[in-house]
Amino acid sequence: MRKLIVIFFVLTVAFAASAARAVQPDEIMSDPVKESRARDLSRELRCMVCQNQSIDDSEAPLARDLRLLVRERIAAGDSDAQVIDFLVARYGEFVLLKPRLERHTLLLWLLPPLALAGGGLALWMHSRRRAKSAAAEDLSSSKLTAEEEARLERLIAGEPAPEKPL
Amino acid sequence: MIAESGHYALVLALGLTLIQSTLPVLGARWRDPTLMNVARSTALAQLLFVAFSFAALVTLHVTSDFSVVNVFENSHSLKPLIYKVTGVWGNHEGSMLLWVLILALFGGLVAAFGNNLPLSLRAHVLAVQAWIASAFYLFILITSNPFLRIANPPIEGRDLNPVLQDIGLAVHPPMLYLGYVGFSISFSFAVAALLEGRIDAAWARWVRPWTLMAWIFLTLGIAMGSYWAYYELGWGGWWFWDPVENASLMPWLAGTALLHSAVVMEKRNALKVWTILLSILAFSLSLLGTFLVRSGVLTSVHAFATDPTRGVFILLILCIFIGGSLTLYAWRAPALKQGGLFAPISREGALVLNNLFLTTACTTVFIGTLYPLALEVLTGDKISVGAPFFNLTFAPLFVPLMVAVPFGPLLAWKRGDLLGAAQRLTAAGVASLIAVAVLWAWTRGGSAFAPLAIGLAIFVIAGALSDLAERTGLFRVPSATAMRRARGLPRSTWGTVFAHAGVGVALIGIVCETTWNSEYIGTMKPDDIAKVAGYELKLDGLTQRQGPNFREMLAQFTVSLDGKRLSAMAPSKRNFTTRGSSTTEAALLTLGASQLYISLGDATADGAIAVRIYHKPLVLLIWFGPILMAFGGVLSLSDRRLRVGAPKPAKAMRGLQAAE
Repeated sequence: MRKLIVIFFVLTVAFAASAARAVQPDEIMSDPVKESRARDLSRELRCMVCQNQSIDDSEAPLARDLRLLVRERIAAGDSDAQVIDFLVARYGEFVLLKPRLERHTLLLWLLPPLALAGGGLALWMHSRRRAKSAAAEDLSSSKLTAEEEARLERLIAGEPAPEKPL
Repeated sequence: MIAESGHYALVLALGLTLIQSTLPVLGARWRDPTLMNVARSTALAQLLFVAFSFAALVTLHVTSDFSVVNVFENSHSLKPLIYKVTGVWGNHEGSMLLWVLILALFGGLVAAFGNNLPLSLRAHVLAVQAWIASAFYLFILITSNPFLRIANPPIEGRDLNPVLQDIGLAVHPPMLYLGYVGFSISFSFAVAALLEGRIDAAWARWVRPWTLMAWIFLTLGIAMGSYWAYYELGWGGWWFWDPVENASLMPWLAGTALLHSAVVMEKRNALKVWTILLSILAFSLSLLGTFLVRSGVLTSVHAFATDPTRGVFILLILCIFIGGSLTLYAWRAPALKQGGLFAPISREGALVLNNLFLTTACTTVFIGTLYPLALEVLTGDKISVGAPFFNLTFAPLFVPLMVAVPFGPLLAWKRGDLLGAAQRLTAAGVASLIAVAVLWAWTRGGSAFAPLAIGLAIFVIAGALSDLAERTGLFRVPSATAMRRARGLPRSTWGTVFAHAGVGVALIGIVCETTWNSEYIGTMKPDDIAKVAGYELKLDGLTQRQGPNFREMLAQFTVSLDGKRLSAMAPSKRNFTTRGSSTTEAALLTLGASQLYISLGDATADGAIAVRIYHKPLVLLIWFGPILMAFGGVLSLSDRRLRVGAPKPAKAMRGLQAAE
């Protein structure tokens, strides 16, 4: 995704662009079902020398090797899970674009739903507290200052009459 | 000489911001109108000097003065003039100069058109702007000076990165920066309100146009960047959940939440404390984006550790401003008075719900972007968080949000009638169900996800239109009356309709593109025919051509449908000799809102060429949506109630205001 970075924020990082892109015609498997499984798996796997780019998108030689490897395993009769396990065993968890739920990724997966739940809870408690204290609160204390009153009057006086429909 | 004067002007601008940072604050403390007015003149003068400095850098690039490092590294004498100009911000130093120029521009606008603001508020706002500006001037002057010279000037430059030699560079970064930096104004207003310890509905009315303006630019900037990536990168992707994209999406989400909460504050004087917090967060996320992109921390945590000068400097700016503003918030916000009350089912309640989902979405992007970095720094473990993670966590948040969108405008302030709103949305609901049923029947055997998602989008669009029909009494009163009412509606109502419909339109594009995209990948020889989605694409031949600073290979295609010739397409591959790199120029053929997309791969020895052809149904809706949203923003910006608070000579009253 280096090129994207350049595009998005105009980085100074120099890079070697190559025009060969992603899946090459010679890589495609003859069985369309297996090929589409390979494509779907490729989208979940990271090209480890690229920035946040899946091997399906990347033009790096390593990505090509990985794509061929995925197809090799599929041709050998592996299930999707077996292919993934094979790649993780070989290259580590870094290869997965969607990390597995484990101890060190617990917060990653739990924080978004917790944020929603926590936000919702905070809102509920807040609205209950406000409703209770509402009676006690003297709303007249939020009156305008004398200066603001004057300013408001000026504004009203200076305003044209409400617009008539054109 | 030009370089030195540009450099000097930048130093003078720094000097001016130091004055602007201090004197107006003292003036506000001592209630001295003269000192407070210093803010105005320094802000304008500062804009003048940065503009001069920026103009100097543009001149250096246009005249190809290779004795300046920045020009040497990013320009070439044969480069077309437009890319000589856009190349100014196509690199780190120049883009930082653009950043401060836009910052100064916004400061200048507040100074020039903020006559209607209370004097002390304006003084504080401009002082806070100057605090930000002085930090970034120091950053540029100390770590990223674009005016440095080379002792022995070379004859030719190294040329600009070929990917950037595109019209996209002329539009996208300035737009994005106008959005990013535009949020500095709401930030400054928030900090100023905290410093003054007062905030009211009038404050929201002053802040809203600035926020809206920044939001419009950010929306267009992100959409533009997405379209640029789509046609330039050559595989037709338009959003990658890349950290740099996320860096622009986070302020957008926070800014969208801010726009909505500011409405509540303006109309009902409620949610004040929350609005202040969102103002601070929106700009803090902009700063975070600048840090992520500028420090090199994304490339590698280790690269960041080996050359940390720039990164540490921005990190310091980040900590001071975010930490400082949040501390100030924690200290002063509890003292701010809470405003109007409302029932959970009400317009306010709907907008609060909107804020809950938008901020959670923003949090999700934040965690997904920063978690891998934090984990690597803390434990050394390397994990990747990419598109599959975000699709799974981010997308579900938008489902309830979009279901709720049409309800919001139909609920009354303070206490709403959910059942009544639901009744008024019956037509929209029916339209959406029909769409789901039709699509389901049509794509029998396909995934259930796409028809449902499109049904949701139709609901949002039809819901926006129902709101309009409801307000004008369309179908209930004579159409002439309805037309008259439609003209009389506030522009901001029209803005809401367009913006909300835009969300639905974008969703349709996203779903269609991801679900029904068809592709052909293969090697073709001249006279070969590829068939994609019913279209026949014949490769007529390959030709070589010489451009100004590149050589390109052009492939001529003829597109036909059912034997009838439609059009020609000519994708190409360009080789840039100076950098020794190449780009793929995809060819796009627009058919209604759908597109055919051809990009070239490598040529083989026997005269064939690798080709990828995509048919992307309704793909253009992905960008029409944001354009509609931005148009809605412009309509809302032109609303009368925002113009009332707009520039008006109030010189005679200034003495009176100063007594505050």
